[in-house]
Amino acid sequence: MYQTDNLVKDLVETHGRRRESLMPILQGIVEQHNYLSDDAMVEVAKELDISAAEVYGTASFYSFLDTEPRGKYVIRVCKTITCAMKGKHEVIETLEDILKIKVGETTSSGLFTLLETNCMGWCHKAPAMLINDVPYTELNREKIVKIIKDYMHK
Amino acid sequence: MKTKKISKVDLIFEHINPREVLTKACDMSPEDIINEMLESGLKGRGGAGFPTGMKWKLCAEEKNRTKYIVCNADEGEPGTFKDREILDRVAYKVYTGMAIAGRAVGAKKGIIYLRGEYKFLLPQLRMELDGFHKMINEICYDFEIDFRLGSGAYICGEESAMFESIEGKRGEPRNKPPYPTASGLFGKPTVVNNVETLVNSVIILKYGAEKYKLLGTRFSTGAKVFSVSGDTPIPGIYELELGMSLLEFVNEFGDGDTKAVQVGGAAGFCVPRKLFASTVIGFEGVPTGGSMKLFNSSRSMYHVLHNYLDFFAEESCGQCTPCRVGCQQLLKGVESVKRGESKSTYLNELVKLAATMKIASKCGLGQSVGNAFNSIVENFREEIIY
Amino acid sequence: MKKDKMVNLKINNQPVSVPEGSTILQAAKKLNIHIPTLCNHDDLCVAGNCRVCVVEQKGAKVLAAACAQPVQEGMEILTNSMKVRNARKHVIELLLSEHRADCTKCYRNQNCELQTLANEFSFGDHLFLDIVGDHERLIDDASCAIIKDDSKCIRCQRCVRTCSELQKVSAIAVSGKGSDMKISTFHDRPISHVVCTNCGQCVNRCPTGALTEKNYIDFVWDAIYDPEKYVVVQTAPAVRVSIGEDLGYDPGERVTGKMVTALKQLGFDSVLDTDFTADLTIIEEGTELLTRLRKALVEKDKDAVLPMYTSCSPGWIKFIEHKFPEMLKNLSTCKSPQQMFGALAKTYYAQNIGVSPEKIVSVSIMPCTAKKYEANRPEMRDSGYKDVDYVLTTREFAMMIKQAGIDFRMLEPSNYDSIMGDSTGAGAIFGATGGVMEAAIRTAYEIVTGKPVPFDNLNIIPARGMEGVKEASLKIEGCLKEWSFLEGVELKVAIAHGLTNANKVMTAISKGEADYHFVEIMACPGGCIGGGGQPIPTNMTIRQQRIDAIYAEDLSMPIRKSHDNPEVKKLYEDFLEKPNGHKAHELLHTHYVERVRY
Repeated sequence: MYQTDNLVKDLVETHGRRRESLMPILQGIVEQHNYLSDDAMVEVAKELDISAAEVYGTASFYSFLDTEPRGKYVIRVCKTITCAMKGKHEVIETLEDILKIKVGETTSSGLFTLLETNCMGWCHKAPAMLINDVPYTELNREKIVKIIKDYMHK
Repeated sequence: MKTKKISKVDLIFEHINPREVLTKACDMSPEDIINEMLESGLKGRGGAGFPTGMKWKLCAEEKNRTKYIVCNADEGEPGTFKDREILDRVAYKVYTGMAIAGRAVGAKKGIIYLRGEYKFLLPQLRMELDGFHKMINEICYDFEIDFRLGSGAYICGEESAMFESIEGKRGEPRNKPPYPTASGLFGKPTVVNNVETLVNSVIILKYGAEKYKLLGTRFSTGAKVFSVSGDTPIPGIYELELGMSLLEFVNEFGDGDTKAVQVGGAAGFCVPRKLFASTVIGFEGVPTGGSMKLFNSSRSMYHVLHNYLDFFAEESCGQCTPCRVGCQQLLKGVESVKRGESKSTYLNELVKLAATMKIASKCGLGQSVGNAFNSIVENFREEIIY
Repeated sequence: MKKDKMVNLKINNQPVSVPEGSTILQAAKKLNIHIPTLCNHDDLCVAGNCRVCVVEQKGAKVLAAACAQPVQEGMEILTNSMKVRNARKHVIELLLSEHRADCTKCYRNQNCELQTLANEFSFGDHLFLDIVGDHERLIDDASCAIIKDDSKCIRCQRCVRTCSELQKVSAIAVSGKGSDMKISTFHDRPISHVVCTNCGQCVNRCPTGALTEKNYIDFVWDAIYDPEKYVVVQTAPAVRVSIGEDLGYDPGERVTGKMVTALKQLGFDSVLDTDFTADLTIIEEGTELLTRLRKALVEKDKDAVLPMYTSCSPGWIKFIEHKFPEMLKNLSTCKSPQQMFGALAKTYYAQNIGVSPEKIVSVSIMPCTAKKYEANRPEMRDSGYKDVDYVLTTREFAMMIKQAGIDFRMLEPSNYDSIMGDSTGAGAIFGATGGVMEAAIRTAYEIVTGKPVPFDNLNIIPARGMEGVKEASLKIEGCLKEWSFLEGVELKVAIAHGLTNANKVMTAISKGEADYHFVEIMACPGGCIGGGGQPIPTNMTIRQQRIDAIYAEDLSMPIRKSHDNPEVKKLYEDFLEKPNGHKAHELLHTHYVERVRY
């Protein structure tokens, strides 16, 4: 894992210092560090010469640009109507059971964070979830157990 | 009741030679391309249904050396997943459509705003894009496409919110006018088209407006990709001719016990069984960006409504009062009625509020919350109260 | 000049013609049709957020925000149709539902735009559910200057636009979305711990009580009532031309004499004047400038950096500490007039009246919220005590006058008490942008040449006016022997007001694009008369009226140059010895600190 300031510098080199560089930079930080630390946001603010409050304000608009610490693998379970109808509740129960955390929490190992999200475009294969960028669909208990086991051993 | 079979089409996912279409586009003047689009009657496939040819025409008329084609791939409407499928299977047709639009309006730069939820597609899309760039280079077609990613904000599907997001800001819709065709991304004339719309423009150019118009109805030409989900034995993606009745649709896709269909996602309308036969799917009836959710009689419509309101209360950008506070009030209001803390007549106030949101909100999000709310409350009032 | 293309439309069936690009709101104003607004503010860009100003356009499906919608030829607008009325009522009801309408206890009671609207529509019980939430958690009162109460916030974003457009600070921004959307500092830290300059411009533009100054009225009353305490008060130059607005006068009314009488009636033991230390500042700062010029131009001393920046405006000081710390050396080391006064009140003045400094409570009345912060800076204790104990804004002061039942209009004018109450026209103009510069030049030029500045009636017009950045130069000719190194030098100065303009000047200087000798910066638009502690509302017209009053005050003074102030002269003779001398340095000068930039 990169140091925050080096990472920000690299991302700024890649994407530039204009305001429109902000989203790709923030996305790049989240990709590496799973969330935007205060230090990272201040560093970005300095590089782009905008206020840190604006960086925070922009980041906090987007649900994937977390400003609170997150685990290495962020699980987002879809909670919108079709997934809700097709067993989202059981998916959450299963995950809470396996990971021993509640929605919104991160495992003490720092490996998993469990969150809910809005419709992610897999309604025909509900229920669905994302782990970082990867979608998993037509979930049931067995499938979830296996998926999580795989991540634990990654 | 007598119903005709609905007609399935395979144009969107059909493989074509993009070079051929682009060569054809090169042989046509920008005006001719636009006229072809106007002639085809194509309307935006994202849900709002603005005539595509008109949009291109307005942008083409702008005198500005820099213009943009933005592809709206921020498919966030609950129940819609057809753009993902299109990008997954025929991304080159999307790129081709953008290049055609670019030629038509005089834009050299295209941006695809891909929702963060579809980031997993990006490596494959980029690879295909490289190939596409190579191909158009060979035919000296001056157009360049780039990707920008969303990060989990439904409202960024609203075109001016999308500009804000691409510009590195909060995805808050702008005041209109000015409209994007006059002042869009970075203040430049911009065409924003949905993924499927762009593919349609390729189809129109390939087959000609005349042939294209044979599909669908007078006001809803062409076919449409539907995302079918909910209580159906065959959920998935279907390309269907526009203009069918909802009854025809339910006969094909329902599980025999369909009590309501939500047409057009959370921002759309809930149609109860008694209106299936009289409801036409298309711009003359109930428009849809493709989301068709079926609910059978085991479903609580309170649950459905609550889920939608919860969605809107979270996904409203929050800048304008009717939408920010209105969504919260509708949500808390139905909860309060359900718990018996507010009288059932409070629902009438909420229906009026939803009507205000429809006309007083700043953008399409706030303006459409009332669609689902009022159509569910009007048709399933008892389920909301008891 | 190209004539504006005119657009014809009808509002409520009355025809009107306005220039192309006007909004419906502007067109309605021309017809004297009132359309209520909330997020709209004359000083700020259009937002179109609150939707209070929605109007009906015949033939349109949705309503239009009058503040944001440009007029079109042939448009027919209705501002009071049933549709409009219902929508407007709903919008106001919605705002009330997210607003802690604890009006009787609110600091902005009876000066709240939401309250006014609610009154106009005369609601009964609230239509919608209360969604404010746990309001205790929503209040940030850790700052000694500004309190942010989210439970009263209606998210109009005026404050956010103010902080970004006028001040280029953006200490506050919009965060979250949907029901979580709010106005927030960096990661919701207390306002006291972020780049906020405490300028209070947001407070001036907040339509409700969501942003207010921290008020110290009761502390001051307690001091006044305490027989053991000797309470001295100073009043800033800009207060006398604005306090009237909170007491029923039109903007621009000078009420200096009545104000002094009111202070005496409130029970202050000595009523003194910040204008006195404004004159003193000119002597100290002018001397510092001339010394710097000598060091830089003659001795080639690398530490004597130019341009020198004024240091009277505490919002500006905090701004530079956060944003351009590499230029702190350029700041004059002079304390602001408020703090010079504070340091002298508990030393020089205490000795003179024979009261022990620990018994003195030093109160200042300022057009400013940043002064509250300044008084609390740890550097500001050179008297051995807290130099200024309590800072009240113009608004708080007006409130005290009302609380005391004083009929302000009927008061006979009176004079400031002596030995720190005399002032000159030069001190008076400190309240307007360009005033410090003008006062300094009046004095410095005369020190150097022995002659008054070569401007008609001492009015240095190039330093005046509302332009964001003003530049001027003055050729120095006929120097006295001691200052011969300045002979023929073209003294280049710049003046900026509002921190966005300050930022422009600083950026130009740090890029090497500007070579000024002396730069005056005021944090607030128009200078102190537009300060964050001034009566609400504010706009360009009101600020101009206050400025006009300031210059009228200057002209009315028998003495118009700081160095001619007899009490200042006496202060040097009896106490300070000489400008920039040892004692002056001890009491009247300060240093600055680099701060974080979030």
